[in-house]
Amino acid sequence: MTTVHADHDRAAGMGSRDELIARLTDRAKFVRLETVRLARIAGAGHYSATFSCAEILVTLFYHQMRLRPSEPRWADRDRFVMSKGHAAIGWYPILGDLGYFDPTLLDDFTRLGSPFGDHPDFRKVPGADFSSGSLGHGLSVSVGMGLAARVQGRDFRTYCLLGDGELCEGQVWEAAMSASHHKLGNVVAIVDRNQLCIDGFTDDVMKVEPIDERFAAFGWETHRIDGHDLPSLLDTFAALPPSSHSAPQLIVADTIKGRGVKMMELSLLWHVGNLAGADYDAVIAELEAGLQPLEVTR
Amino acid sequence: MSADAPVRTSADGSQETSEVFRGTADGATKLTDSKSSAGTAAAAIPAFVFGEELADLADHDPRIVVLTADLAKANRAVDFEARHPDRFFNVGIAEKNMITVAAGLAASGHVTYAATFASFCALLGAEQIRTDCAYPRVPVRVVGHHSGMSMGFYGTSHHSLEDIGMMRTIADLTVVCVSDANHLRGVLRASVDHPGAMYIRLGRGRDPQVYDDVPNIVFGRAIRLREGNDVAIITTGSEVHPSLRAADELAARGISTRVVDMHTIKPIDVQEILAAADQCGAVVTVEEANRTGGLGSAVAEVLADHRRAIRFTRHGVPDEHVLIGPPAALYSHYRLDVPGIVDVVTNTLQGD
Repeated sequence: MTTVHADHDRAAGMGSRDELIARLTDRAKFVRLETVRLARIAGAGHYSATFSCAEILVTLFYHQMRLRPSEPRWADRDRFVMSKGHAAIGWYPILGDLGYFDPTLLDDFTRLGSPFGDHPDFRKVPGADFSSGSLGHGLSVSVGMGLAARVQGRDFRTYCLLGDGELCEGQVWEAAMSASHHKLGNVVAIVDRNQLCIDGFTDDVMKVEPIDERFAAFGWETHRIDGHDLPSLLDTFAALPPSSHSAPQLIVADTIKGRGVKMMELSLLWHVGNLAGADYDAVIAELEAGLQPLEVTR
Repeated sequence: MSADAPVRTSADGSQETSEVFRGTADGATKLTDSKSSAGTAAAAIPAFVFGEELADLADHDPRIVVLTADLAKANRAVDFEARHPDRFFNVGIAEKNMITVAAGLAASGHVTYAATFASFCALLGAEQIRTDCAYPRVPVRVVGHHSGMSMGFYGTSHHSLEDIGMMRTIADLTVVCVSDANHLRGVLRASVDHPGAMYIRLGRGRDPQVYDDVPNIVFGRAIRLREGNDVAIITTGSEVHPSLRAADELAARGISTRVVDMHTIKPIDVQEILAAADQCGAVVTVEEANRTGGLGSAVAEVLADHRRAIRFTRHGVPDEHVLIGPPAALYSHYRLDVPGIVDVVTNTLQGD
């Protein structure tokens, strides 16, 4: 049986922090490369909103979360709710890589009858804990899972990844209110603050800031970090209070939409796109070289 | 069927003003010490048994949890809370959150009952029911009470005449209408182990008794309450009781009237509909819902699909936002009371 995932890392000799960061860096590159590959199979894909959360996803799944890939329905596993369901294209490869399913199943990504759609169906994807795609629902799902943990006397956490544009949905704030009211310290919300929604910068389309202060006003304890910085992600997750804590936890991860491909960084053009021909090859080469210093600012 | 049960209203036809209806009854009100203003035993009043029945079921089933959105008194979830406080969650006035939280609980091993006014779960929460309950096939039971136009003069914002039509177009959702207290108990008992998500539609909680005992409910199998060969009334929920009374009057006029409680709207009982068509030759559907898309539409689809060209009337609320008025006056105006049903059936048989 595959053991708890974090333990698996240590057992495999990944104990040193530098080695861990090197491994997560490599897996983040893998997420971006797979996103580009799968989007080509589909003929379209959500590149930039997936690139912005690559470091968040790998830190959760390759280190932070308590998982048993050989036992996807293990009752004490940590839960993950992909509230920004359009980033599933970068999440599926992680689940396949961890052994939840045969990764070659992704070769038919989005083809007729595939288990893998642009938005995830947890009845079809081993390792997924819930379906998503309609923005604004995931935090409510997470509150339900947090309540279930309490009713059942279990200490698992539920991690919920939201987009920043998604915060415009009113149901997010219904959920935020209920999480603190019910003292769900076992719920951890991560906002991928990549600055863009489809029509523009969130600051222009609909202001969502100050995200941390708004959640704090709703009774959450908040943390704000560089969402592409693996040491910050590792440290912030490691410092979370135990799941028995009385306040839900928010991590605002400041990120760059499209991070990793220069032409996509903070660009409105690549929310959904299709790389073809020389563009495809150039992007693969750019991603293979790893993250380069940031040139865009906002 | 208790022959002398009152028909849905007080003598003056005014809006129901009981504590239960108004949602002001406190948690100390028990089955054993309350009667309705009409003298009906509390045990026969749906509003009094919802929380009690779920609490009874939860005594033996740790999966059961109950949620509501600031209506625990109106739907008697307080009776569940009193006995299982650790498995009761009030989310405040946030119905969308309630339904999706229920889905999260259901995805974690629970069978969840999420109850509020039908208009605020089936209509306001329709997308949450579709996307978070039916599509993931999790065992959430969305319980919409005070359905139809039973809220009377509270107005269209509080009515749910569209819910049957809306809910039955959602794949992987079982849709059930409840007609009285015993029926509610039967539906709740059958629902615990039913696979997937359900929408359970309740009346305003004062519905008169139809079933003398708790029926054994099989979802998708209608209950033929009255045999008859001249015409069949296929009805559901709050209209079962007046349909039975109408059948009595029709029988007195020599019209043999079958009455079918089509409690499950989806999946609908095709065989029972075809039997009614073939054995009676005339069918009238009766429902407290918009005629567009409701039970009548569902029955019409079956008749058309199976090429049954018979006398057929869809009786319900016309496609309009209803008048302001107390419930009894509305039922009379829209001919959903006993005399109205008798007239509609008679016209169906006489029509050309």
